[in-house]
Amino acid sequence: MSTTLSGPSTDGSATAPRTYADSARSPIARLLGTRDAAVLGLLLAVVVYAVAVVPNFDSELTVYFLVLDVAPILLIALPMTLVIVTGEIDLSVASIVAVTSVLFGVLTREGAPIALAAVLAVLAGALAGAVNGLLVTRLGLPSLAVTIGTLALYRGIAVGLLGTTAITDWPETWTDAVTATFGETQIPVIVVPLALAVVAFGLLLHFTSFGRGLFAIGLSSESARFSGVDVERTKLLAFVLTGLVSGVAGVYFTLRYGSSRGDNATGLELQVIAAVLLGGVSIFGGRGAIPGVLGGVLLIGVIGSALRLDGQSANVIQIVTGVLLVLSVVSAALLGWLSRRVRRRPPTAAEAAPPAVPTAGGM
Amino acid sequence: MTALDTPPAAGAASPSRGGSRLRNVLKARETGILLALLAFLAVTTAINPRFVFSTDGFRDLFLTPSILVVLAVGQAMVIITRNVDLSVGSILGLTAYLAGRLFLDTGLPILVVVLVAVLAGAVLGLVNGLLVAFARVPALVITLGTLYVYRGIYLQWAGSDRINASDIPDGLLSFGTSSLLGIPQLAIVSFVVLALAAYWMRTSRGGRELYAIGSDPAAATLYGLKDKQRILTAFAASGALAGLAGILYVSRYGTISSGVGLGIELEAVGAAVIGGVAIFGGSGTVVGAAIGAYLLTSIDRGLPILGIPDFWQRAVVGLLILGAIVLDKVLAERQHTKLLAERHRS
Repeated sequence: MSTTLSGPSTDGSATAPRTYADSARSPIARLLGTRDAAVLGLLLAVVVYAVAVVPNFDSELTVYFLVLDVAPILLIALPMTLVIVTGEIDLSVASIVAVTSVLFGVLTREGAPIALAAVLAVLAGALAGAVNGLLVTRLGLPSLAVTIGTLALYRGIAVGLLGTTAITDWPETWTDAVTATFGETQIPVIVVPLALAVVAFGLLLHFTSFGRGLFAIGLSSESARFSGVDVERTKLLAFVLTGLVSGVAGVYFTLRYGSSRGDNATGLELQVIAAVLLGGVSIFGGRGAIPGVLGGVLLIGVIGSALRLDGQSANVIQIVTGVLLVLSVVSAALLGWLSRRVRRRPPTAAEAAPPAVPTAGGM
Repeated sequence: MTALDTPPAAGAASPSRGGSRLRNVLKARETGILLALLAFLAVTTAINPRFVFSTDGFRDLFLTPSILVVLAVGQAMVIITRNVDLSVGSILGLTAYLAGRLFLDTGLPILVVVLVAVLAGAVLGLVNGLLVAFARVPALVITLGTLYVYRGIYLQWAGSDRINASDIPDGLLSFGTSSLLGIPQLAIVSFVVLALAAYWMRTSRGGRELYAIGSDPAAATLYGLKDKQRILTAFAASGALAGLAGILYVSRYGTISSGVGLGIELEAVGAAVIGGVAIFGGSGTVVGAAIGAYLLTSIDRGLPILGIPDFWQRAVVGLLILGAIVLDKVLAERQHTKLLAERHRS
């Protein structure tokens, strides 16, 4: 991973990279050793286990509800990955979902056409993200503190606008559109926009200079600046995208449950962050990939629906999510510690591999 | 921050002789937040004198914040080490239910139950601390995870049961409502906790080392401080105080249902940040955090008097947190340029 970014390699780069422990192995072995592969493998194992053991897990209806429930988490997890890769965090996403949901409801109640109200709500989400981003980039404030503040602020606006009331009269053409399926099957239509979003964010993060800039900032914001990355603008864009997509999730949430309320999506930010970190994105920034995040989101969704079908309560699901989150970060530290020990043991076993660079930034 | 980079045990204010001590008090970050609190109380009381000058109003002024004060003190100790403890709300709920269960199922004396709850809180906090200190993983993630786990355990254990005031010994309930010299006893408990923590943080080696670790973790390690042990202490203290807050909750409300302590962790973090505890550690005091807790709860109670529906309370809290961190940034930058200027002069 670090080889592509590492430093001002002089002309001798034709032979040099082979000495890195990472590159010394074959590409397939490297691919299997990544966090993404581990998460996807775990996901596969859970699915196989659930299909074998949990009754009705393999029914089409399970997949239907799994997709509908996981959609907001997946949507927000994508831009959240961008933010976390830069080493920042956004805790306010669930509050943005709530405030856009309420705004969508209030605008519609006041007579705005639904399509217009939806667009305005999404734009409001982008604005909320821009506020986060500007506070972080322009004033140089820590994103953790800023988004704890806006978590309360946006949620407060949502609750303040509607109080304890809810807006529930939504035209069926719109609510049905969100939960529609392909013909006779139980495959929901929203799979298509979800897949498009995953591909779009995958391309954005891994195949554009913007995406490379995100990784560079996460690894070292100073050296990113010196190598020509506009750190402020890149971070700001990541926050705006997060707000925008949270706005989309807010509109979806409203139509999916046919209700616009101030307490919509409470606690969703925890599930999103759990999914992203489970997917192998480093909380320290600079490391992570969209396939892994997709795996993390699906893992949380599959475990949740399997436990629910198995008759477990929501509490057990909560415990499992928490344990997974802790394990996902502790395991990375544990593996790093183990590999360092293993590598230190045979110091004379002439591997001639300079262990300095790749492990130094580890964890 | 800079004053703390000198070896530990030296107080925060080195040139504090005579008149400059008064200036230091006036310039302290805590004074600003205290003035804001007093101003808010003055305005609300001017509109409705009953807010402070009635027996109920005066009692609530001290009684309502006491639980949050205890939590904010623990949270401040953790944040000062450049960590954060998001699991305190879940610990509060779990220990409150544990206490209720013990009252219901065993005949243990009140004092023993209180000790058990505080110890249980300390153990839960220790779990956080062990994971943070030894896995070297950000506390934010770890305690986000244990927030889920502890709350899940609590809900799974409690099921649809709920503990009513009639199950709680009268001694504890009357403790929660009675006053000593006009000051509610729960508030006195929170004052004692605050005083002990403030004294320890200011004067003891352990307390100063918490600042040193939060100010510059790498330097603290190089200096030979027992950073892991100190971080464990901070988390255990935060957990124990959350356990104590659970007892205070039982004593105050009597009823323990599934929602106990839900979301209060953000209020505790908010109180600390508003009170001048820097989110990246190394500066701030537990006293400031406690005043922040008073401000938060007073605003919560006072908004309807100002004609603002209390639905907007969270929005105001959010604005306060944002205002506090912006203010801290401005102050820190001013201090930075001042120090630079002084260095040039010498």
